[in-house]
Amino acid sequence: MQAALVADLQQALAPDRVRASALELDLYARDASIISGHAEVVCFPLTAAEVQACVRVCRKHGRPFVPRGSGTGLAGGAVPVGDPVVIVTTKMTRILEVDADERVAWVEPGVLNLDLSRAVAHLGLHYAPDPSSQQSCSIGGNVATNSGGPHCLLYGVTSAHVLAIEVCLPDGSLVMLGGLDPEPSGYDLRGAFVGSEGTMGIATRIAVRLTPLPPAVRTLLLDFTSVESAAAAVSGIIAAGLVPAALEMMDAEITRAVEDFVHAGFPRDAAAVLLVEVDGLPAGVDAAASVVEQVGRAHGARTVRVAADEAERALLWKGRKSAFGAIARIAPNYYLHDAVVPRTRLVDVMTAVYDIAKRYDLVMMNVFHAGDGNLHPLIVFDRRADGVLERVMAAGEEIIQACVAAGGVLSGEHGIGLEKRDYMPLIFSADDLDAQARLREAFDPDGVANPEKVLPAGSRCGDLQKIPEGAWI
Amino acid sequence: MSGRALDRFAEDVGIDGPVTVVGGRTQWEVGGPVDGAAREVRAPSGIVEFEPAEMTVRCGAGTVVAELDAALGEHGQGIVLDGPEGATVGGTLAVGRSGIRRLRQGPVRDVLLEARYVSAGGRVIKAGGPTVKNVSGFDLCRVLVGSLGTLGFLGEVVLRCRPRPAVSRWFAGEAEPFDLVHRLYQPSSILWDGTTTWLLLEGHPADVDAQARVAGLAEVDGPPPLPTGGRFSVRPSALRALTGSFVAEIGVGVVHTVDPAPTRELAPGVADLNRRVKQTFDPSGRLNPGRVAA
Repeated sequence: MQAALVADLQQALAPDRVRASALELDLYARDASIISGHAEVVCFPLTAAEVQACVRVCRKHGRPFVPRGSGTGLAGGAVPVGDPVVIVTTKMTRILEVDADERVAWVEPGVLNLDLSRAVAHLGLHYAPDPSSQQSCSIGGNVATNSGGPHCLLYGVTSAHVLAIEVCLPDGSLVMLGGLDPEPSGYDLRGAFVGSEGTMGIATRIAVRLTPLPPAVRTLLLDFTSVESAAAAVSGIIAAGLVPAALEMMDAEITRAVEDFVHAGFPRDAAAVLLVEVDGLPAGVDAAASVVEQVGRAHGARTVRVAADEAERALLWKGRKSAFGAIARIAPNYYLHDAVVPRTRLVDVMTAVYDIAKRYDLVMMNVFHAGDGNLHPLIVFDRRADGVLERVMAAGEEIIQACVAAGGVLSGEHGIGLEKRDYMPLIFSADDLDAQARLREAFDPDGVANPEKVLPAGSRCGDLQKIPEGAWI
Repeated sequence: MSGRALDRFAEDVGIDGPVTVVGGRTQWEVGGPVDGAAREVRAPSGIVEFEPAEMTVRCGAGTVVAELDAALGEHGQGIVLDGPEGATVGGTLAVGRSGIRRLRQGPVRDVLLEARYVSAGGRVIKAGGPTVKNVSGFDLCRVLVGSLGTLGFLGEVVLRCRPRPAVSRWFAGEAEPFDLVHRLYQPSSILWDGTTTWLLLEGHPADVDAQARVAGLAEVDGPPPLPTGGRFSVRPSALRALTGSFVAEIGVGVVHTVDPAPTRELAPGVADLNRRVKQTFDPSGRLNPGRVAA
C-alpha cells in the first residue's frame, strides 16, 4: 500500500524528492513541540504544480496530508497524525518578486523569515513579523500559525502583513485569496487561511507587505528587583498611551542564562529586565523613550541602559532572541508555553504562574512579549528523570487555566495544533467551535488537510476526545 | 454583563424567516438591496467595558462610531473606524471599508479582536478573543469584517484602540503624490485628484513640522470632499493611470469616483469557496437576503 503511494508520488515529483526510509520518517515525525506522530511518506515539491500533484496523489490513495515548513512550530501543528503524506515546502525558497515601489514581495512558502528581511534591507525595507525562530522558520509556516514576534506589538502579527496567498486547496485546485488591491471582492478568505495551521490547504505563493525601516530607533534595557514591579511598569507604559515597537520581559533565571551565553552585559542580579524598543521619527522617539524611562523609574527600575549604537542594540536583541538556545546549558528539554492575558492582569498572572511551578517543583523561566500580555512560561527539565513529564504536563495545564481565568486566551502566536486542541472548550462553547468547524469545512469538506488539528474531534456536535491515536507525548 | 442584551438580540433575529440588521443606514447600498420581506433588527449599543490601560474597548455593535470615539478621546485614545456620520460600529465592520487614514493605521479588518454575533440559527457565537494578540482557533473575525451581515449579525465586539496622535495636520498643494509616499515616513494619508495632493501628518509636533518641510505643501483645514458615486480598489501603482473625476488614496489603492464603480467578478475557484462559506454559515440564506459581499 505504501509502495504504491510512494511510486505515484515519485512519478509526480522525482524519486529523490519522495522519502520513506525509517530515518527520514523519524525526522518528520515531530516538530519543535514535544509531541510525536508517524509520517507515511515525506515529499518535497518544488512548484505549485508539484504541490497540487502531491495533493492529488493523496486524494487518489485516500491519504490525508500534513503541510510542513521548517518544522519550528511549538504546538504540534506539523506532527503527522493518521499516517499522512507530509508535504514539505522547504525546497520552495525563491523570492519571486520584490516591488519596492508598492512595498510588496512575492515569496514561495519555504523562504525563511529573516532571509526576506535581509534580501530587502538594501531598499530600506523589512518584513516586520519577527518570531524568535526567524533565522529558521519559513514564511509559509508563519502564515499557517499567524506568527508573532517582539515587534508585532506595534507592527501587527503575520495576518496584517499578508496581502494575498495562492493556495492549493485540499481538492488539489489552486486559488488566489486576497489581492494586491486593498479591497478585494468577496469574503476575507485570506484572513481565514492565515492561522489555519495547514487545515485549509497549502500556501504555494505569498504576497507580503514590506515595511520601511524606521528612521530612528531607541532600545532601552531596564532592570528591576522584583518581577511584580517590572510587570507593573509594563502596564504603566501602555497606560501612558504608548505603544512601543517592542516591550519584552525576561526574569532572573533567563537573564542569567542569557548573560552567560551572549555576554551582553545583562545584570546577573536583576529579578527581571525589560527590553523596550521605540521607533519612528526622531522627536517622537525621544519623547517615547523618556516616557519609558520615567515610568520605569517610577516603578523602581534600578538602571535604565540605552543602547548607544546599532552594535549594542543588536547585542541586546541577540540576548533576547537566543534565550531558548541559552537554556540548553541548563537542562536538555524544555516545554515552552504560550498564552495571552489582558496586560492589566500581568502582575497577578505572573504571581500565579510562579506559584504553580513551585508547587510542582519545576524550574521555570519567563521570557516573553510583555507589551501585549503574551506570556511564555518556559519549563526546563530532563525527560529522563522519573515522573517529571507528568509534572510538566500537569503544571502546563494549570498555567493555561490560570491564564484563562484571568480573561486570557490559549495561544498568542504558537497556535493550537495538537498541543492545545483539547483545551479549546475552555474558551469556546460548542456553538463557537461549530462555527470554526464550518469555516474549515468550506475549505476542506473531507477533512484531509492536517486532520485532527486545532479543533477537538466532533466540534460539529461539540464533544471531546483526548490526543488522537498514533500521536504520543 | 452584556449577556442579556445579546440574548435579546438573538431572540430578535430568531431562527427562521428572512432578516436584516440595520445600523446607521449610512452605507446601506453596499452589496445591493436586501429582500423587502426581511424583518429589521438592531444590535445592542453602548460601551460595555473600557479599560484605558488595556487599550481595548468592548461595546455593542449598534454603538455610533463617533460616540465611541468621543468616549475614548477623553482618555487620549481613538479607534481606527472611519464611518460616515451616524455610522455604527457594527455597520462599519460589516461593510469593512477602511477610512482615508488607512495608509498608516492599517485596514479596518485588523481592529476587531473579538466578536459576539448571532448566527443564522439564532445562536450567540463568539469569534476571536478579548486580548490584543490571539491565535486560538480559526480567525473568524477576519471573515466577519466585510461580510455585510451575510454570515452572522454582529452583536458585541472588542476593538483595539490606538493612542491619539499629539497633532494631526492636513496639507495640500501640487506635489507628485507617488514620490511623496517614499519621501515621508509613515504619512497618515495622501489623497490625489489628478492635480492636487492632500497630505495628513500625525505624531509629535516637531516630527510633523519636519515632515511638512520635506513635503513642501501648504497647511489646509482638511481633506477634500470625497466623490460618492463609486468606490473601487486597484493596486497602488495602478493609480497613476487614473483619468476622469476621482480622489485616490495614494499608497493604498482605494479610488472614490463620481461615476459608479466598474463591476468585477471573482475568479471561479474563489467564487465557489465564497459560496461554500455562505452555504455553511447560512444554509437557508435568511441573513440579509439579496445582499452579496462582493
